[in-house]
Amino acid sequence: MTGNNIQLDKSGNLKHFLSIEGLDQPLLQTILDHAESFATVGERPVKKVPLLRGKTIANLFFEPSTRTRTTFELAAKRLSADILNLNISTMATSKGEILSDTLHTLEAMHCDMFVVRHANSGAAHYIASQVAQHISVINAGDGRHEHPTQAMLDMFTIRQHKKDFKKLSVAIVGDVLHSRVARSNIHALNVLGANQVRIIGPHTLIPKDIEKLGVHVYHEMDKGLENVDVVIMLRLQRERMKGALLPTENEYFQRYGLTNERLENAKSDVIVMHPGPINRGVEIDSDVADGEHSVILQQVSHGIAIRMAIMSMVMGGTSESGGIKN
Amino acid sequence: MNKEINIESLIDNMANEIRTHCEDLKYKKPLMIGIQRGGVWVATRLHHKLGYKDPLGELNIAFYRDDFSKIGVHPEVKPSKLSTNIDDRDVILVDDVLHTGRTIRAAMNEIFDFGRPASISLVILIERSGRELPIQADVIGKTITLKQGEHAKLSGPEPMALEIKKTG
Repeated sequence: MTGNNIQLDKSGNLKHFLSIEGLDQPLLQTILDHAESFATVGERPVKKVPLLRGKTIANLFFEPSTRTRTTFELAAKRLSADILNLNISTMATSKGEILSDTLHTLEAMHCDMFVVRHANSGAAHYIASQVAQHISVINAGDGRHEHPTQAMLDMFTIRQHKKDFKKLSVAIVGDVLHSRVARSNIHALNVLGANQVRIIGPHTLIPKDIEKLGVHVYHEMDKGLENVDVVIMLRLQRERMKGALLPTENEYFQRYGLTNERLENAKSDVIVMHPGPINRGVEIDSDVADGEHSVILQQVSHGIAIRMAIMSMVMGGTSESGGIKN
Repeated sequence: MNKEINIESLIDNMANEIRTHCEDLKYKKPLMIGIQRGGVWVATRLHHKLGYKDPLGELNIAFYRDDFSKIGVHPEVKPSKLSTNIDDRDVILVDDVLHTGRTIRAAMNEIFDFGRPASISLVILIERSGRELPIQADVIGKTITLKQGEHAKLSGPEPMALEIKKTG
Protein backbone atom coordinates (compact mmCIF):
# COMPACT_ATOMS: atom_id res chain seq x y z
CA MET A 1 0.00 0.00 0.00
CA THR A 2 1.20 3.52 -0.71
CA GLY A 3 3.05 5.30 2.05
CA ASN A 4 1.43 8.67 1.45
CA ASN A 5 -2.18 7.49 1.68
CA ILE A 6 -3.84 10.01 3.97
CA GLN A 7 -6.29 7.33 5.14
CA LEU A 8 -3.59 5.28 6.86
CA ASP A 9 -1.23 6.12 9.70
CA LYS A 10 2.50 5.34 9.67
CA SER A 11 1.98 1.72 10.63
CA GLY A 12 -0.72 1.16 8.03
CA ASN A 13 -3.72 1.37 10.36
CA LEU A 14 -6.91 3.08 9.30
CA LYS A 15 -6.84 6.69 10.48
CA HIS A 16 -9.46 8.30 8.22
CA PHE A 17 -12.06 6.55 6.09
CA LEU A 18 -12.48 8.71 2.99
CA SER A 19 -12.64 6.51 -0.08
CA ILE A 20 -12.54 2.84 -1.06
CA GLU A 21 -9.99 3.76 -3.69
CA GLY A 22 -6.57 3.33 -2.12
CA LEU A 23 -7.55 0.59 0.35
CA ASP A 24 -6.47 -3.01 -0.12
CA GLN A 25 -8.36 -6.26 0.10
CA PRO A 26 -7.15 -7.40 3.54
CA LEU A 27 -8.27 -4.09 5.04
CA LEU A 28 -11.73 -4.31 3.47
CA GLN A 29 -12.03 -7.91 4.67
CA THR A 30 -11.08 -6.83 8.18
CA ILE A 31 -13.83 -4.21 8.15
CA LEU A 32 -16.35 -6.86 7.02
CA ASP A 33 -15.13 -9.32 9.69
CA HIS A 34 -15.40 -6.73 12.45
CA ALA A 35 -18.87 -5.72 11.27
CA GLU A 36 -19.92 -9.34 11.67
CA SER A 37 -19.19 -9.08 15.40
CA PHE A 38 -20.71 -5.65 15.79
CA ALA A 39 -23.91 -6.86 14.11
CA THR A 40 -24.64 -9.03 17.15
CA VAL A 41 -24.65 -6.04 19.52
CA GLY A 42 -28.00 -4.88 18.12
CA GLU A 43 -29.57 -8.18 19.14
CA ARG A 44 -28.56 -7.98 22.81
CA PRO A 45 -30.66 -6.89 25.78
CA VAL A 46 -28.27 -3.96 26.23
CA LYS A 47 -27.53 -2.70 22.72
CA LYS A 48 -24.32 -0.96 23.67
CA VAL A 49 -20.63 -1.70 24.11
CA PRO A 50 -18.21 0.63 25.90
CA LEU A 51 -15.58 0.78 23.14
CA LEU A 52 -15.76 4.52 22.36
CA ARG A 53 -16.87 5.67 25.80
CA GLY A 54 -15.73 9.24 26.38
CA LYS A 55 -15.17 9.98 22.69
CA THR A 56 -17.05 12.82 21.03
CA ILE A 57 -18.16 12.50 17.43
CA ALA A 58 -19.52 15.35 15.33
CA ASN A 59 -21.86 14.59 12.45
CA LEU A 60 -21.07 17.40 10.00
CA PHE A 61 -23.79 17.33 7.40
CA PHE A 62 -23.39 20.08 4.84
CA GLU A 63 -26.07 18.32 2.80
CA PRO A 64 -29.34 16.87 4.09
CA SER A 65 -29.53 13.16 4.87
CA THR A 66 -31.75 11.10 7.12
CA ARG A 67 -30.73 7.49 6.73
CA THR A 68 -26.97 7.94 6.69
CA ARG A 69 -26.98 10.48 9.51
CA THR A 70 -29.24 8.44 11.78
CA THR A 71 -27.33 5.19 11.22
CA PHE A 72 -24.05 6.97 12.01
CA GLU A 73 -25.71 8.39 15.11
CA LEU A 74 -27.02 5.01 16.20
CA ALA A 75 -23.66 3.37 15.50
CA ALA A 76 -21.89 6.00 17.63
CA LYS A 77 -24.39 5.55 20.44
CA ARG A 78 -24.05 1.77 20.40
CA LEU A 79 -20.31 2.30 20.82
CA SER A 80 -21.05 4.58 23.83
CA ALA A 81 -19.65 7.69 22.13
CA ASP A 82 -21.27 11.09 22.49
CA ILE A 83 -22.50 12.51 19.24
CA LEU A 84 -23.27 16.02 18.04
CA ASN A 85 -25.52 16.48 15.05
CA LEU A 86 -24.62 19.64 13.19
CA ASN A 87 -26.73 20.69 10.30
CA ILE A 88 -24.17 23.05 8.87
CA SER A 89 -26.33 24.41 6.08
CA THR A 90 -28.45 26.17 8.68
CA MET A 91 -25.58 27.04 11.00
CA ALA A 92 -22.67 29.39 11.33
CA THR A 93 -21.57 29.01 7.71
CA SER A 94 -24.77 30.72 6.66
CA LYS A 95 -23.72 33.55 8.98
CA GLY A 96 -20.50 33.82 7.02
CA GLU A 97 -18.13 31.62 9.05
CA ILE A 98 -15.56 29.93 6.82
CA LEU A 99 -15.14 26.14 6.94
CA SER A 100 -11.76 26.12 8.67
CA ASP A 101 -13.15 28.28 11.48
CA THR A 102 -16.05 25.88 11.93
CA LEU A 103 -13.59 22.97 12.13
CA HIS A 104 -11.32 24.71 14.61
CA THR A 105 -14.31 25.59 16.76
CA LEU A 106 -15.26 21.93 16.92
CA GLU A 107 -11.65 20.98 17.68
CA ALA A 108 -11.75 23.41 20.58
CA MET A 109 -14.78 21.50 21.86
CA HIS A 110 -12.52 18.42 22.00
CA CYS A 111 -14.22 16.40 19.30
CA ASP A 112 -12.43 13.20 18.30
CA MET A 113 -14.10 12.37 15.00
CA PHE A 114 -15.88 14.17 12.19
CA VAL A 115 -18.40 12.39 10.01
CA VAL A 116 -18.68 14.53 6.91
CA ARG A 117 -21.36 14.74 4.21
CA HIS A 118 -20.76 17.42 1.60
CA ALA A 119 -22.01 18.29 -1.89
CA ASN A 120 -18.48 18.88 -3.18
CA SER A 121 -16.30 15.99 -4.30
CA GLY A 122 -13.14 15.81 -2.21
CA ALA A 123 -14.58 17.70 0.76
CA ALA A 124 -13.84 14.92 3.25
CA HIS A 125 -10.24 14.60 1.99
CA TYR A 126 -9.81 18.35 2.34
CA ILE A 127 -11.15 18.36 5.88
CA ALA A 128 -8.94 15.38 6.81
CA SER A 129 -5.91 17.33 5.58
CA GLN A 130 -6.87 20.35 7.70
CA VAL A 131 -7.86 18.88 11.07
CA ALA A 132 -5.71 18.44 14.17
CA GLN A 133 -3.61 15.28 14.45
CA HIS A 134 -5.88 13.45 16.90
CA ILE A 135 -9.04 13.79 14.82
CA SER A 136 -10.30 11.10 12.44
CA VAL A 137 -12.55 11.92 9.50
CA ILE A 138 -15.13 9.61 7.94
CA ASN A 139 -16.62 10.39 4.56
CA ALA A 140 -20.42 10.06 4.62
CA GLY A 141 -20.69 11.03 0.95
CA ASP A 142 -18.89 13.76 -1.00
CA GLY A 143 -20.45 15.09 -4.20
CA ARG A 144 -20.17 12.61 -7.03
CA HIS A 145 -16.95 11.15 -5.65
CA GLU A 146 -17.46 8.42 -3.06
CA HIS A 147 -19.74 7.10 -0.34
CA PRO A 148 -17.43 4.48 1.13
CA THR A 149 -19.46 3.39 4.18
CA GLN A 150 -22.44 2.72 1.88
CA ALA A 151 -20.20 0.57 -0.32
CA MET A 152 -18.97 -1.40 2.68
CA LEU A 153 -22.47 -2.07 3.95
CA ASP A 154 -23.39 -3.20 0.43
CA MET A 155 -20.37 -5.53 0.39
CA PHE A 156 -21.35 -6.82 3.83
CA THR A 157 -24.88 -7.52 2.58
CA ILE A 158 -23.52 -9.33 -0.49
CA ARG A 159 -21.14 -11.38 1.63
CA GLN A 160 -23.96 -12.42 3.97
CA HIS A 161 -25.86 -13.89 1.02
CA LYS A 162 -23.20 -14.92 -1.47
CA LYS A 163 -19.99 -15.68 0.45
CA ASP A 164 -17.42 -15.69 -2.36
CA PHE A 165 -16.97 -12.48 -4.37
CA LYS A 166 -14.83 -14.18 -7.01
CA LYS A 167 -17.79 -15.98 -8.53
CA LEU A 168 -20.18 -13.03 -8.64
CA SER A 169 -21.64 -10.98 -11.45
CA VAL A 170 -23.00 -7.72 -10.11
CA ALA A 171 -25.11 -5.21 -12.04
CA ILE A 172 -25.29 -1.57 -10.96
CA VAL A 173 -28.34 0.01 -12.54
CA GLY A 174 -29.42 3.57 -13.18
CA ASP A 175 -28.02 7.02 -12.60
CA VAL A 176 -24.32 6.15 -12.42
CA LEU A 177 -23.30 9.63 -13.51
CA HIS A 178 -24.43 11.35 -10.33
CA SER A 179 -23.83 8.39 -8.05
CA ARG A 180 -21.06 8.32 -5.48
CA VAL A 181 -22.55 5.03 -4.30
CA ALA A 182 -21.88 3.49 -7.72
CA ARG A 183 -18.29 4.73 -7.77
CA SER A 184 -17.51 3.38 -4.30
CA ASN A 185 -19.23 0.09 -5.06
CA ILE A 186 -17.25 -0.39 -8.28
CA HIS A 187 -13.98 0.16 -6.40
CA ALA A 188 -15.03 -2.15 -3.58
CA LEU A 189 -16.13 -4.94 -5.92
CA ASN A 190 -12.86 -4.62 -7.85
CA VAL A 191 -10.77 -4.76 -4.67
CA LEU A 192 -12.72 -7.76 -3.38
CA GLY A 193 -12.26 -9.52 -6.71
CA ALA A 194 -15.80 -9.77 -8.06
CA ASN A 195 -15.88 -11.75 -11.30
CA GLN A 196 -17.82 -9.15 -13.28
CA VAL A 197 -19.19 -5.68 -12.63
CA ARG A 198 -21.82 -4.38 -15.05
CA ILE A 199 -23.24 -0.91 -15.39
CA ILE A 200 -26.72 -0.54 -16.87
CA GLY A 201 -28.27 2.81 -17.79
CA PRO A 202 -29.04 5.34 -20.50
CA HIS A 203 -26.12 6.99 -22.36
CA THR A 204 -26.83 10.32 -20.68
CA LEU A 205 -26.45 8.85 -17.15
CA ILE A 206 -23.28 6.81 -17.71
CA PRO A 207 -19.95 8.65 -17.36
CA LYS A 208 -17.89 8.51 -20.57
CA ASP A 209 -14.72 7.04 -19.06
CA ILE A 210 -16.39 4.53 -16.74
CA GLU A 211 -14.98 1.51 -18.61
CA LYS A 212 -11.53 2.48 -17.35
CA LEU A 213 -12.71 1.12 -13.99
CA GLY A 214 -13.00 -2.33 -15.54
CA VAL A 215 -16.78 -2.44 -15.79
CA HIS A 216 -18.95 -3.64 -18.67
CA VAL A 217 -21.52 -1.11 -19.89
CA TYR A 218 -25.02 -2.11 -21.01
CA HIS A 219 -27.83 0.12 -22.23
CA GLU A 220 -30.50 -2.59 -22.33
CA MET A 221 -31.88 -3.90 -19.04
CA ASP A 222 -32.77 -7.42 -20.15
CA LYS A 223 -29.32 -8.04 -21.55
CA GLY A 224 -27.47 -6.44 -18.67
CA LEU A 225 -29.35 -8.45 -16.05
CA GLU A 226 -28.68 -11.80 -17.71
CA ASN A 227 -27.40 -14.29 -15.12
CA VAL A 228 -26.35 -11.72 -12.53
CA ASP A 229 -26.15 -12.68 -8.85
CA VAL A 230 -26.65 -9.20 -7.44
CA VAL A 231 -28.53 -6.12 -8.67
CA ILE A 232 -27.68 -2.78 -7.09
CA MET A 233 -30.32 -0.22 -8.02
CA LEU A 234 -29.43 3.45 -7.81
CA ARG A 235 -31.79 6.23 -6.90
CA LEU A 236 -32.67 8.59 -9.70
CA GLN A 237 -31.11 11.75 -8.30
CA ARG A 238 -33.58 14.29 -9.49
CA GLU A 239 -32.11 17.02 -7.30
CA ARG A 240 -28.73 16.69 -9.01
CA MET A 241 -30.05 16.77 -12.56
CA LYS A 242 -29.05 19.78 -14.56
CA GLY A 243 -30.30 20.06 -18.09
CA ALA A 244 -32.39 17.52 -19.92
CA LEU A 245 -30.64 14.23 -19.19
CA LEU A 246 -33.88 12.31 -19.02
CA PRO A 247 -37.13 12.12 -20.92
CA THR A 248 -39.87 11.63 -18.31
CA GLU A 249 -39.86 9.51 -15.16
CA ASN A 250 -42.50 7.33 -16.68
CA GLU A 251 -40.45 6.73 -19.77
CA TYR A 252 -37.40 6.02 -17.60
CA PHE A 253 -39.36 3.40 -15.70
CA GLN A 254 -40.44 1.79 -18.97
CA ARG A 255 -36.81 1.32 -20.01
CA TYR A 256 -34.79 1.03 -16.79
CA GLY A 257 -37.26 0.40 -13.98
CA LEU A 258 -36.68 -2.93 -12.21
CA THR A 259 -39.76 -5.15 -12.42
CA ASN A 260 -40.23 -8.80 -11.49
CA GLU A 261 -40.49 -9.58 -15.18
CA ARG A 262 -37.07 -8.09 -15.93
CA LEU A 263 -35.61 -9.76 -12.87
CA GLU A 264 -36.38 -13.12 -14.51
CA ASN A 265 -33.24 -12.59 -16.58
CA ALA A 266 -31.05 -12.76 -13.49
CA LYS A 267 -30.11 -15.91 -11.56
CA SER A 268 -32.97 -17.42 -9.56
CA ASP A 269 -31.29 -16.57 -6.24
CA VAL A 270 -30.49 -12.97 -7.21
CA ILE A 271 -30.54 -10.34 -4.47
CA VAL A 272 -31.80 -6.81 -5.11
CA MET A 273 -30.26 -3.89 -3.26
CA HIS A 274 -30.96 -0.16 -3.14
CA PRO A 275 -29.19 2.48 -1.04
CA GLY A 276 -32.47 4.31 -0.39
CA PRO A 277 -34.48 6.39 -0.39
CA ILE A 278 -36.47 4.49 -3.01
CA ASN A 279 -38.41 6.20 -5.79
CA ARG A 280 -41.14 3.59 -6.19
CA GLY A 281 -42.36 3.37 -9.74
CA VAL A 282 -39.37 5.34 -11.04
CA GLU A 283 -36.30 3.12 -10.76
CA ILE A 284 -37.91 0.16 -9.00
CA ASP A 285 -41.35 -1.41 -8.92
CA SER A 286 -42.95 -1.85 -5.50
CA ASP A 287 -43.38 -5.58 -6.15
CA VAL A 288 -39.58 -5.91 -6.41
CA ALA A 289 -38.74 -3.51 -3.57
CA ASP A 290 -40.98 -5.48 -1.20
CA GLY A 291 -40.46 -8.84 -2.89
CA GLU A 292 -38.58 -12.01 -1.95
CA HIS A 293 -35.31 -11.00 -3.65
CA SER A 294 -35.13 -7.63 -1.93
CA VAL A 295 -32.55 -7.16 0.84
CA ILE A 296 -33.07 -3.41 1.08
CA LEU A 297 -34.05 -3.36 4.76
CA GLN A 298 -31.17 -5.66 5.69
CA GLN A 299 -28.88 -3.06 4.15
CA VAL A 300 -30.12 -0.54 6.70
CA SER A 301 -29.35 -2.82 9.68
CA HIS A 302 -26.00 -3.72 8.19
CA GLY A 303 -25.24 -0.02 7.83
CA ILE A 304 -25.16 0.31 11.60
CA ALA A 305 -22.77 -2.63 12.06
CA ILE A 306 -20.44 -1.44 9.29
CA ARG A 307 -20.33 2.08 10.72
CA MET A 308 -19.60 0.72 14.19
CA ALA A 309 -16.71 -1.29 12.75
CA ILE A 310 -15.24 1.63 10.82
CA MET A 311 -15.68 4.13 13.65
CA SER A 312 -13.93 1.85 16.11
CA MET A 313 -11.15 1.05 13.67
CA VAL A 314 -10.29 4.69 12.98
CA MET A 315 -10.45 5.57 16.69
CA GLY A 316 -8.33 2.71 17.97
CA GLY A 317 -6.45 1.64 14.89
CA THR A 318 -6.21 -2.09 14.42
CA SER A 319 -3.10 -3.80 15.62
CA GLU A 320 -2.71 -5.18 12.11
CA SER A 321 -3.71 -3.38 8.96
CA GLY A 322 -4.08 -6.60 7.07
CA GLY A 323 -6.33 -8.49 9.44
CA ILE A 324 -4.14 -11.57 9.32
CA LYS A 325 -5.65 -14.46 11.20
CA ASN A 326 -3.86 -17.15 13.10
CA MET B 1 11.43 -24.16 29.12
CA ASN B 2 8.58 -26.57 29.02
CA LYS B 3 7.88 -28.26 32.30
CA GLU B 4 5.32 -30.53 30.61
CA ILE B 5 2.20 -29.62 32.49
CA ASN B 6 -0.43 -32.30 31.96
CA ILE B 7 -3.42 -30.21 30.98
CA GLU B 8 -5.76 -33.22 30.83
CA SER B 9 -5.25 -34.19 34.45
CA LEU B 10 -5.58 -30.54 35.53
CA ILE B 11 -8.96 -30.39 33.79
CA ASP B 12 -10.07 -33.63 35.48
CA ASN B 13 -9.24 -32.16 38.88
CA MET B 14 -10.92 -28.88 38.02
CA ALA B 15 -14.13 -30.63 37.02
CA ASN B 16 -14.25 -32.32 40.43
CA GLU B 17 -13.54 -29.06 42.21
CA ILE B 18 -16.27 -27.25 40.28
CA ARG B 19 -18.73 -29.96 41.26
CA THR B 20 -17.83 -29.56 44.94
CA HIS B 21 -17.85 -25.76 44.67
CA CYS B 22 -21.37 -25.78 43.22
CA GLU B 23 -22.62 -28.27 45.81
CA ASP B 24 -21.18 -26.22 48.67
CA LEU B 25 -22.86 -23.07 47.40
CA LYS B 26 -26.06 -24.90 46.40
CA TYR B 27 -25.91 -23.91 42.73
CA LYS B 28 -28.59 -26.11 41.18
CA LYS B 29 -28.12 -25.27 37.50
CA PRO B 30 -24.77 -23.58 36.91
CA LEU B 31 -24.32 -21.89 33.53
CA MET B 32 -20.83 -22.18 32.05
CA ILE B 33 -19.30 -19.39 29.96
CA GLY B 34 -15.80 -19.46 28.44
CA ILE B 35 -13.74 -16.46 27.38
CA GLN B 36 -12.45 -16.65 23.78
CA ARG B 37 -10.24 -18.19 22.77
CA GLY B 38 -8.30 -20.25 25.33
CA GLY B 39 -11.04 -20.05 27.95
CA VAL B 40 -13.52 -21.57 25.51
CA TRP B 41 -11.16 -24.51 24.83
CA VAL B 42 -10.89 -25.25 28.55
CA ALA B 43 -14.60 -24.64 29.14
CA THR B 44 -15.58 -26.98 26.28
CA ARG B 45 -13.81 -29.86 28.05
CA LEU B 46 -15.18 -28.98 31.48
CA HIS B 47 -18.69 -28.52 30.08
CA HIS B 48 -18.52 -31.98 28.53
CA LYS B 49 -17.09 -33.64 31.66
CA LEU B 50 -19.69 -32.03 33.92
CA GLY B 51 -22.52 -32.91 31.53
CA TYR B 52 -24.18 -29.51 31.61
CA LYS B 53 -27.37 -29.29 29.56
CA ASP B 54 -27.39 -25.57 28.69
CA PRO B 55 -25.13 -24.80 25.75
CA LEU B 56 -21.71 -23.38 26.60
CA GLY B 57 -21.62 -19.58 26.39
CA GLU B 58 -18.74 -17.93 24.53
CA LEU B 59 -17.64 -14.47 25.44
CA ASN B 60 -15.55 -12.19 23.29
CA ILE B 61 -14.37 -9.31 25.37
CA ALA B 62 -12.82 -7.32 22.50
CA PHE B 63 -15.47 -4.60 22.81
CA TYR B 64 -14.92 -4.30 26.57
CA ARG B 65 -11.14 -4.13 26.78
CA ASP B 66 -9.58 -1.20 28.60
CA ASP B 67 -6.55 -0.99 26.30
CA PHE B 68 -8.61 -0.22 23.18
CA SER B 69 -7.24 3.30 22.72
CA LYS B 70 -3.71 1.87 22.81
CA ILE B 71 -4.04 -1.20 20.64
CA GLY B 72 -7.38 -0.80 18.87
CA VAL B 73 -9.85 -3.45 17.83
CA HIS B 74 -8.50 -6.91 18.44
CA PRO B 75 -7.88 -8.57 15.07
CA GLU B 76 -9.58 -11.79 16.09
CA VAL B 77 -12.91 -10.47 17.26
CA LYS B 78 -15.62 -13.02 16.88
CA PRO B 79 -19.14 -12.49 18.16
CA SER B 80 -20.04 -13.48 21.70
CA LYS B 81 -22.52 -16.34 21.87
CA LEU B 82 -24.82 -16.41 24.86
CA SER B 83 -27.97 -18.21 23.84
CA THR B 84 -29.29 -18.85 27.33
CA ASN B 85 -30.98 -16.20 29.45
CA ILE B 86 -28.51 -15.45 32.25
CA ASP B 87 -30.88 -13.64 34.62
CA ASP B 88 -30.69 -15.24 38.11
CA ARG B 89 -28.29 -17.95 36.93
CA ASP B 90 -25.11 -19.03 38.71
CA VAL B 91 -22.45 -18.36 36.12
CA ILE B 92 -19.22 -20.37 35.99
CA LEU B 93 -16.80 -18.14 34.09
CA VAL B 94 -13.80 -19.98 32.60
CA ASP B 95 -10.51 -18.61 31.29
CA ASP B 96 -7.14 -20.13 30.49
CA VAL B 97 -4.66 -17.82 32.23
CA LEU B 98 -5.31 -15.37 35.09
CA HIS B 99 -2.69 -12.62 35.01
CA THR B 100 -3.62 -8.93 35.48
CA GLY B 101 -7.32 -9.58 36.03
CA ARG B 102 -8.32 -7.04 33.38
CA THR B 103 -9.79 -9.66 31.06
CA ILE B 104 -12.03 -10.91 33.88
CA ARG B 105 -13.18 -7.38 34.69
CA ALA B 106 -14.08 -6.85 31.02
CA ALA B 107 -15.85 -10.22 30.88
CA MET B 108 -17.95 -9.39 33.94
CA ASN B 109 -18.92 -6.05 32.42
CA GLU B 110 -20.02 -7.81 29.26
CA ILE B 111 -21.99 -10.46 31.17
CA PHE B 112 -23.98 -7.73 32.88
CA ASP B 113 -24.97 -6.34 29.48
CA PHE B 114 -26.69 -9.66 28.83
CA GLY B 115 -28.57 -9.78 32.11
CA ARG B 116 -28.26 -10.01 35.90
CA PRO B 117 -26.78 -13.31 37.04
CA ALA B 118 -27.34 -14.53 40.61
CA SER B 119 -23.58 -15.09 40.99
CA ILE B 120 -20.36 -15.44 39.04
CA SER B 121 -17.62 -17.92 39.99
CA LEU B 122 -14.24 -17.84 38.33
CA VAL B 123 -12.48 -20.97 37.06
CA ILE B 124 -8.91 -20.65 35.80
CA LEU B 125 -6.59 -23.25 34.26
CA ILE B 126 -3.33 -21.45 35.03
CA GLU B 127 -2.92 -18.81 37.70
CA ARG B 128 0.16 -16.62 37.68
CA SER B 129 1.33 -13.53 39.54
CA GLY B 130 0.89 -9.96 38.32
CA ARG B 131 -2.62 -9.04 39.41
CA GLU B 132 -3.54 -5.41 38.83
CA LEU B 133 -7.11 -5.70 40.05
CA PRO B 134 -8.68 -7.33 43.15
CA ILE B 135 -9.78 -10.47 41.30
CA GLN B 136 -9.23 -14.06 42.39
CA ALA B 137 -10.31 -17.44 41.10
CA ASP B 138 -12.60 -19.92 42.90
CA VAL B 139 -11.17 -22.96 41.14
CA ILE B 140 -7.57 -23.08 39.88
CA GLY B 141 -5.94 -25.81 37.77
CA LYS B 142 -2.38 -24.87 38.64
CA THR B 143 -0.48 -21.89 40.00
CA ILE B 144 2.84 -21.16 38.31
CA THR B 145 5.67 -18.77 39.07
CA LEU B 146 7.06 -16.77 36.19
CA LYS B 147 10.17 -14.66 35.99
CA GLN B 148 9.97 -11.02 34.99
CA GLY B 149 9.15 -10.65 31.30
CA GLU B 150 7.82 -14.18 30.95
CA HIS B 151 4.33 -14.83 29.65
CA ALA B 152 2.13 -17.91 29.75
CA LYS B 153 -0.02 -18.68 26.74
CA LEU B 154 -2.26 -21.64 26.08
CA SER B 155 -2.07 -23.13 22.61
CA GLY B 156 -4.78 -25.39 21.27
CA PRO B 157 -7.47 -26.44 21.01
CA GLU B 158 -6.26 -29.94 20.13
CA PRO B 159 -4.05 -30.72 21.99
CA MET B 160 -3.84 -27.97 24.55
CA ALA B 161 -0.37 -27.05 25.75
CA LEU B 162 1.08 -24.28 27.85
CA GLU B 163 3.79 -22.15 26.28
CA ILE B 164 6.04 -19.97 28.40
CA LYS B 165 7.51 -17.18 26.33
CA LYS B 166 9.91 -14.39 27.00
CA THR B 167 8.60 -11.06 25.74
CA GLY B 168 9.89 -7.51 25.58
